[in-house]
Amino acid sequence: MKTYLILEDGHVFTGESIGAVKEVISEIVFNTSMTGYLEVLTDPSYAGQAVVMTYPLIGNYGICHEDMENKKVWHSAFIVREISRRASNFRSEDSIDNFLKEHDIPGIQGIDTRALTKILREKGTMNGMITTDENYNLDEVLPKIKEYKVTGVVKAVSIKEKEVHESELEGTPKKVALLDIGTKRNIIRCLTKRGCEVTVYPADTTAEEILSDKPDGIMLSNGPGDPKECTEVIAEVKKLYDSNVPIFAICLGHQIMALANGADTEKMKYGHRGANHPVKNTETGKVYISSQNHGYVVKEDSLPKGIAKPLFYNVNDKTCEGVRYLDKNVFTVQFHPEACGGPQDSEFLFDEFMKMMEVDA
Amino acid sequence: MPRNTDIKKVLVIGSGPIVIGQAAEFDYAGTQACRSLKEEGIEVVLVNSNPATIMTDKNIADKVYIEPLTNEVVEKIIVKEHPDSILPTLGGQAGLNIAMALEEKGFLKEHNVKLIGTSSQTIKKAEDRQEFKDTMEKIGEPIAPSEVVTSVKEGLKFVEKIGYPVVLRPAYTLGGSGGGIADNEEAFCEILENGLRLSRVGQVLVERCIAGWKEVEYEVMRDANGTCITVCNMENLDPVGVHTGDSIVVAPSQTLGDKEYQMLRTSALNIITELNITGGCNVQFALHPESFEYCVIEVNPRVSRSSALASKATGYPIAKVTAKIALGYDLDEIPNAITGKTYASFEPTIDYCVVKIPRLPFDKFIKAKRTLTTQMKATGEVMSICTNFEGALMKAIRSLEQHVDSLQYPEFQVFSDEELEEELYRVDDRRIFAVAEAIRRGTTLEHIHEITKIDIWFLDKIAILVETEKELSEKPLDYELLLKAKRLEFPDEVIGRIVHKSVEEIKALREEYGIHAAFKMVDTCAAEFEATTPYYYSCYDSENEVSDKKTRKRIMVLGSGPIRIGQGIEFDYCSVHSVWAFKDMGYETIIVNNNPETVSTDFDIADKLYFEPLTAEDVEAIVKLEKPDGAVVQFGGQTAIKLTEALLKMGVRILGTSAENVDAAEDRELFDEILEECCIPRPKGTTVFTCEEALEAAQELGYPVLIRPSYVLGGAGMQIAISDKDIIEFMDVITQHKQEHPILIDKYLMGKEVEVDAVCDGENILIPGIMEHVERAGIHSGDSISVYPAQSISEKSQRVIVDYTRKLAKSLHVIGLINIQFIVYQEEVYVIEVNPRSSRTVPYISKVTGIPIVDLASKVIVGAKIEDLGYEPGLQKPSEYIAIKMPVFSFEKLRGAEISLGPEMKSTGECLGVSKNFNAALYKAFLGSGIDLPKHKKMILTVKDSDKLDAVDIGRRFQALGYKIYSTRSTCKVLNENGVDAEPINKIEQSSPTLLDLILQHDIDLVIDTPNQGIDKSRDGFLIRRHAIETGVTCLTSLDTAAALLTSLESGTKELKVIDIATI
Repeated sequence: MKTYLILEDGHVFTGESIGAVKEVISEIVFNTSMTGYLEVLTDPSYAGQAVVMTYPLIGNYGICHEDMENKKVWHSAFIVREISRRASNFRSEDSIDNFLKEHDIPGIQGIDTRALTKILREKGTMNGMITTDENYNLDEVLPKIKEYKVTGVVKAVSIKEKEVHESELEGTPKKVALLDIGTKRNIIRCLTKRGCEVTVYPADTTAEEILSDKPDGIMLSNGPGDPKECTEVIAEVKKLYDSNVPIFAICLGHQIMALANGADTEKMKYGHRGANHPVKNTETGKVYISSQNHGYVVKEDSLPKGIAKPLFYNVNDKTCEGVRYLDKNVFTVQFHPEACGGPQDSEFLFDEFMKMMEVDA
Repeated sequence: MPRNTDIKKVLVIGSGPIVIGQAAEFDYAGTQACRSLKEEGIEVVLVNSNPATIMTDKNIADKVYIEPLTNEVVEKIIVKEHPDSILPTLGGQAGLNIAMALEEKGFLKEHNVKLIGTSSQTIKKAEDRQEFKDTMEKIGEPIAPSEVVTSVKEGLKFVEKIGYPVVLRPAYTLGGSGGGIADNEEAFCEILENGLRLSRVGQVLVERCIAGWKEVEYEVMRDANGTCITVCNMENLDPVGVHTGDSIVVAPSQTLGDKEYQMLRTSALNIITELNITGGCNVQFALHPESFEYCVIEVNPRVSRSSALASKATGYPIAKVTAKIALGYDLDEIPNAITGKTYASFEPTIDYCVVKIPRLPFDKFIKAKRTLTTQMKATGEVMSICTNFEGALMKAIRSLEQHVDSLQYPEFQVFSDEELEEELYRVDDRRIFAVAEAIRRGTTLEHIHEITKIDIWFLDKIAILVETEKELSEKPLDYELLLKAKRLEFPDEVIGRIVHKSVEEIKALREEYGIHAAFKMVDTCAAEFEATTPYYYSCYDSENEVSDKKTRKRIMVLGSGPIRIGQGIEFDYCSVHSVWAFKDMGYETIIVNNNPETVSTDFDIADKLYFEPLTAEDVEAIVKLEKPDGAVVQFGGQTAIKLTEALLKMGVRILGTSAENVDAAEDRELFDEILEECCIPRPKGTTVFTCEEALEAAQELGYPVLIRPSYVLGGAGMQIAISDKDIIEFMDVITQHKQEHPILIDKYLMGKEVEVDAVCDGENILIPGIMEHVERAGIHSGDSISVYPAQSISEKSQRVIVDYTRKLAKSLHVIGLINIQFIVYQEEVYVIEVNPRSSRTVPYISKVTGIPIVDLASKVIVGAKIEDLGYEPGLQKPSEYIAIKMPVFSFEKLRGAEISLGPEMKSTGECLGVSKNFNAALYKAFLGSGIDLPKHKKMILTVKDSDKLDAVDIGRRFQALGYKIYSTRSTCKVLNENGVDAEPINKIEQSSPTLLDLILQHDIDLVIDTPNQGIDKSRDGFLIRRHAIETGVTCLTSLDTAAALLTSLESGTKELKVIDIATI
């Protein structure tokens, strides 16, 4: 079925429908990973967004449900050049087209994803609509498209009830409190396999409630949307920060921690979404390739002097990729050490977190 | 870390002559590295015995030594030049081995020379089997378990540990004979017993069998600070069992999920970290197709063929970055030249699909075994880029220039289903076509997968192509269908063939529908950052993103495609130099080529690089966009010449010699007219189309005759016939392919062969020098030892040669380069071949004479005159140096290939010996090609009847040098009768001890065996030659070559005075 992608600047791409047939308006972002489409599709950080994969051949190895980073797909839509008609992998259980249908996610294939990516790169992230209605009227739809804003997504993606994940190791576990503001499953896995018992809290949990469970460490997860929108979470995180419990935060958690300490964030032109971003550790001088997915960034010059200092920066555009809080057992990173998809080079940061909890105990 | 300023002068060791497994990729890597070093203000000393390379140019390195690549030579250069460092990881295995040898013996330390880049300990850890095994075990990286066993009992004990199936490889047997794969104990015992018996040392290697697993490679980089990145990963379409150089390779991997991808990526990075690699490195894995089990096959701690491919596939210049790392820079300090915004520590990501297909030499070696194994056989490769896999595959297939333009393979169409299934079991270069034919006949993909182990994903893509063929043949060719076919890169010609329409009709239809190729950029970052790199590929499902804005006059240079026997790296040398010359003159240059191993496909050579097949249709799409003011075809070998007519049709001006005149040189009748006009004699000959005509012509001319198709390269299909029987057989071979042009038959004259390259500006000619071949006419010029300046051609004949050259160049209205081959027979000069284009000898002559031939030719092509360029027309004064070009062969890599030399070219590469003294030059040339005698002073001499008398002199001279000679009865008899001591030895089919036993004793220095001409070559001689080659014994098949070797041995010179040719 013919499908159209209409961008807010009036560009129209014509392709073929994949997944569910329905009309959606969302923010359009691109991801440059060559593998890991299922991980991308199930990453809650994309809530409210439609993702364009720049790699043209998607679905080659099918769907393996155990690789899902969340039980739901939070994307609004999926945009690709070509969906593989046959999936081939020993673990594959389904095709991507079926998977999208099952999760009621619409999509489009057969468009020039590179041309689309170039528009987003040059003009910045923008909104768009996917529709199968060939009689669309640009004058009518463009204002609607422009109006769209990603909002209220953290609450939507967060779990509703507290849940506990047991340690995979023998012995007394470290108790980690994970504030779910859109967490990927692998953050939990990275902790449980290191001997942590992870309690996942809904995004609206108060600091008091978390602290009353006496965690050895606190983890702030990744998540979607504009961090400044999460005013309540920011306030609670400030209290967690003051508690002196070791904290490790990733992505949205990193931004919220910065905001809680008086720093500022801003929206990037088109963000970082891919599996190939080099980040440099300011303390060791080492460079790691990281998996990234963020449209907002902590303004490095806004970091409160004497309280926080940059820990990582992006080698390409020099933006802030991590912060160490001085005199506190707290560090945060913008990128994804839990990988999935993407490189596992910075997974050792979880070991650092373990050490912090060790020292603190 | 910033650059290490202690490094001021670096020695770079090249990889030597092109042989199978070590080809043009090292010229590309070495050239890039040298330029990268010079950019940093470092003085570069280069040594490489291969004169056809760009790296041996004086504008690439400061000091250039074209010398044999031996430890002794490199030591001499170090003593003379005092470099402070050696960069050993860019010259392939050859360069690495020398650097390691000098390091181990303490020579480098003694002379204060450091190895920069990856350290010697690291190289040893990666290359030494045991150390590598220990290292992998230490970090828990799996390798296929293996053990050398000496008894069945021992073998059974080991196999109990690792389980079936296992591979058995007896040590020291010919071409791996006696080995095999065992699935159970019975088969195991049987193969092992047999293998132990066959192995000279009674050893058999038993190894866990991983055949059929997925083969995946990672190209990784690491700096001294420990930062690691993956440049690219690649998946082989052919599962483990076929050498990666012979496999169809896809980048990035297609059938690996993120979990597998990251698992292997992490493993690769762990390995290079543990090995402490600094620079580029290649890690090969076997991945079980149905689990996460994997093992490390191999680690190359250096730049390799795969890194050349990865560089071209991603745009990331691995060799350049490796050189910078060796100087001390970290990855995050080296800017990415493509984006200017990112750094070398950014992992490339690509938004297209890349396919590489090897170019195999079975068109040259019809008798060689086509089976692909772990021994590489390809001479070159092509790469293609498209937005989908099917399109990339189709583009790569037509880039091969092997008379195949799609997955339709006529030979298999006539096979019965049983024969076809058998073909699926055969792992050879045609398997992909057999797969397509099987799918066409309805064989299920699962069944094909079961037999071939090729992943279903790839098979399904082939099925899509086959289904599209069917759709085309059944449905009306509407817009959707035509667009679909074009998106999958069906050439117009194939579509036309299927729908029974002409190419023009399909083209017109495309125009009508508005279906045009669009060009996209290769930018390392999937469009995430703005890039300005002018590196493009075409596709049909996209918007064009290449600007056609023109500010200067634009010249298109057509490259020479894959390296194959007869068309090698020398044409890349010529293409690159012409691009440089045009750039110099202020033109905008465009290069079109499809060979990932070359310098010409580096994105910073021409102003724009189109990585595309060199077919009329593909080139036309570029022409439409770029509207070049002219195109140059004379530097890209036959590949480019073949496009002349098509370019003219597109309205592109051919710069230099006009198309009609190129034709005149190839068209027998036109050419004869010109010769007659100029009063230049040629051996009598005629043209024929049929076998009957050929027989008639041969009888009229009198045997022996030369027979060959017109418009060929490297003497393809050229044979000497001595009887009607030969004629019938040759004609049969030649006419297997459709012949658009007649077949040539000439009287064969056994004279001295002489070759000339000249630049002509329409009025005057410039001849840098005259080259003389050591072997008499009848052996392809590319396979002959060539001597510059000519040593035994009389002054009178030289004058005639110059005169003929001038006349021919003028009558053919040559503007640019011309190559002419002459025969001097009884003081009479005959012309045998004229090529109005660049030739194989151009790079070597340029280097030894110091005359930049391609540069001059390029300038002449756009209107300059020889005199204005500061040269006196005519034959130039001979250089004070004698340069001897020695052909180098790769016969040991091609099982079953006939090694005897003839009019069809067989060598894969060449090396040069340069000296003021003839004997010293000859010694260097032999040494460079790997012939270093005497050793045991034992030899076998067996010759055909017509050579028997000449053999007496050869025998006598070897005897005088103290050689013990063994001969077959008839040769022995002649030798003995003429007072030469020779011991008779039985032929192979006679009782032991035979010639074969003698060869297998491993104390024979040399086999001289001149085979009978014609097809009727005895099985015996063939076996002797093959065994000699496979046991590493030098084998000569021409008495002229033998005489040259004798001259060298008799002179006793072992002089190795190294010469910096940059000073010539």
